[in-house]
Amino acid sequence: MSILSERRTETRFTDYKAAWSIDQATVEANRCLYCYDAPCISKCPSAVNVPEFIRRIATGNLEGSAELILADNPLGMSCARVCPVEVLCSGSCVLPDMGLPAIEIGRLQRFVTDMALDGGWIFGDRAPATGKRVALVGAGPSSLACAWYLGRLGHKPVIFEKDRLLGGLNTTAIAPYKMKADRAIQEAEYLVAGADAEVRFGVDVGTDLPWAELERDFDAVFVGVGLGPDRLMARLPGSDLAGIEGAVEFIGQIKTREIDLRGLERTVVIGGGNTAVDLTRELLELGVPVVTLVYRREQSSMKGYQHEWEQAVKGGAKAHWRTTPVGFVGRGAVEGVRCVRLTEDLVPIDGSDFVVPADRVFVAIGQSRLGDLLEQVQDIQAPSGLVQVDEHGFTGRPGWYAGGDCVNGGREVVNAAAEGKAAALAIHQHLTGL
Amino acid sequence: MPDISCNCAGITAPNPFWLASAPPTNTGDQIMRAFDLGWGGAVWKTLGDPVQNVSSRFGAINHNGTRAIGFNNIELITDRPLETNLREIREVKRLYPKHAVVASLMFGGRDEWIDAVKRCEDAGADGLELNFGCPHGMCERGMGSAVGQEPKINEEITRWVADVASIPVLIKLTPNVGDILPHGLASQRGGADGVALINTVKSIIGVDLDRFVPVPRVGNKGSNGGYCGAAVRPIALHMVAQLARSKEFNLPISGIGGISDWRHVVEFLLLGSTSIQVATAAMLQGFRIVEDMESGLQSWMRSHGFEKLDDFVGLAVPNYSEWGDLDINYEVVADIDRDKCIGCQVCYVACRDGGHDCITLKSDSRIPEVDEKECVGCNLCSHVCPVIDCITMKEVDNGFAPASWNEHLTKGTPIVPKKGVHE
Repeated sequence: MSILSERRTETRFTDYKAAWSIDQATVEANRCLYCYDAPCISKCPSAVNVPEFIRRIATGNLEGSAELILADNPLGMSCARVCPVEVLCSGSCVLPDMGLPAIEIGRLQRFVTDMALDGGWIFGDRAPATGKRVALVGAGPSSLACAWYLGRLGHKPVIFEKDRLLGGLNTTAIAPYKMKADRAIQEAEYLVAGADAEVRFGVDVGTDLPWAELERDFDAVFVGVGLGPDRLMARLPGSDLAGIEGAVEFIGQIKTREIDLRGLERTVVIGGGNTAVDLTRELLELGVPVVTLVYRREQSSMKGYQHEWEQAVKGGAKAHWRTTPVGFVGRGAVEGVRCVRLTEDLVPIDGSDFVVPADRVFVAIGQSRLGDLLEQVQDIQAPSGLVQVDEHGFTGRPGWYAGGDCVNGGREVVNAAAEGKAAALAIHQHLTGL
Repeated sequence: MPDISCNCAGITAPNPFWLASAPPTNTGDQIMRAFDLGWGGAVWKTLGDPVQNVSSRFGAINHNGTRAIGFNNIELITDRPLETNLREIREVKRLYPKHAVVASLMFGGRDEWIDAVKRCEDAGADGLELNFGCPHGMCERGMGSAVGQEPKINEEITRWVADVASIPVLIKLTPNVGDILPHGLASQRGGADGVALINTVKSIIGVDLDRFVPVPRVGNKGSNGGYCGAAVRPIALHMVAQLARSKEFNLPISGIGGISDWRHVVEFLLLGSTSIQVATAAMLQGFRIVEDMESGLQSWMRSHGFEKLDDFVGLAVPNYSEWGDLDINYEVVADIDRDKCIGCQVCYVACRDGGHDCITLKSDSRIPEVDEKECVGCNLCSHVCPVIDCITMKEVDNGFAPASWNEHLTKGTPIVPKKGVHE
């Protein structure tokens, strides 16, 4: 991936939740009850003061509203669009107990954070330069959040990105009906500028640049490398057939370039997480006639959000539950997925095998972990491929911190932002003793 | 069906719903359209020496997304020639003989007043309403509230008109006074047949935050206006009741101020009005609001077994008491319905910060609890609760016989110990 194509496929999508006008936002803001000790705050990983930012929309204090959100979550614009608010803040709103719709917190947050970003609003002054330099490895949400706070506190963040794009998966993996890549990059650029951070693209730390060198040249290191390539089902017969692809990789193509889906009639998506559900919705919206999800557990046990899956079903998604692939069939290119049914205990049922026809198969069973990247660095543990840290993102090796997917295994943007923020505050303390 | 025909100071109408003298009664066309939709009467936009108005004229207060809970205006009396208005009055009365058409008047000298009275009578007006109320513009010229604030001038001009008029004379009073009673009594002494109140409250409704000019803005200046709309209703109810309960004051009252639906109509009638007048609500939502007024009033009368307005006019007046005569031993405490509570905890923070800190939070539930031993029964929590009938005030038998503060002072009647004092 280098730069975004103007004609990239994601531009065919429209926003699933369209931006609001000031009229819509004001009416909605006035519905908020301004709860005390509001449940929406405690449900937010970044602890954004939701009732207060909503009140500021209602009173017309839009800058104050954006300031409050961005103080707690510098990626507030992205999170407003990509957060699963149905299970976080809005999911805890008390209004449904009155039989009324929950406040649409995501859309309200988008309303003011879009304004902040488009208006270039930056709140408060950068602290005087401390002369301290911090290396951040990876340009995803956790590094961006960490760099933002470090920069505002007067330190010099230097971000190393092995690719050519800012934003990590926030740029290349968000469902395009929620946010497009260029918007994620705009936000990242706003954060980089506000933090006065330096970005070095095309540097694969650990390969192009030894970790030891990083430690030597910087006062602290933040590791936000995320996860690796899609895990594929390489052990299954037929897995080398053409047309079997990783879901995250494929979504990245939709997001960044123009892809050709002509002739694609039947696709299978393997997995039950949000990547699988997102890709199912995306394929349907791009006009693929048949999209079938194959997942080894019940629908109720899938990790993907039920509200997202319901949207996929509305779009025509089909599914085989409690079903697992045992091989791929085809001559040269994949033509189908051989599956077996599973018992309630997930044991294959003899003789239950059948073939789901498919001219393209997307594997969405997770991404590989990059913890062994840090094997050369002493005192950093990554037993199952995830970097071990305390609640401040501290790895155990003085000056070394980590956050985001490489720590949590793959969670929401808002979690990565919160972890980057926690690490930044810990790094600040480490560097200044304050 | 209950009879809602009305007689206020000898002016009769098919119902008590009258349009007040204001922009909705500027022309005969407007008034006839209103009568067609169900209004029983109309007080014509004040007649006088035609004015030149400014642009703009209205301001409004919005609150929590609700538009125009309070409204104000700097518009003056009619800007149309007297002859035009009189011709239209004649036409309206010809077509709507049973509806009440009242001419509002505002003039300077005695001769002008007397001339106008005769011409209005000739045009067929059912009554006159002398505008002693406008607190903007006209008062600077010695008219409107400038008259209403001086009992002697009020009485004198009332007498000029009452002495010559053969139709009922109402005096429209200004609320911009410390006590309404001397002003009602002045009109009574002058020979008025009734009073109408309130006119608007002198106000600045807002300031333009970027231009630093009071609104409504006229170029680079603004002026004080007359405040009206829903927000002034409590002021109006008090002034109506203050006159209605006075033993010295005996005139009929046409109630005005913030009326927009049938419940407000009932309130004004219960406090002694025999007709009501509406302007702002009709300006904000159109004449059609009268349909609900009539339907709601009829339903309410049926549910209480009232057959005509006189059955309930003034029923609340005897219950309007001095504070010192309230039963100080009467006690209520807040009661939260746990099934209805949605856990917003707004009652908690209101009681903590603005009440007596007698609602507590539990760690295992979002439903707050009332400490009845501390609750003083102030009602604050029940007013902030967003759920209808979730927090109610329940009566407590504290074992003390009824006693007022006055009885306590004069007779030593025991009163309950104070709650929520936190000594």
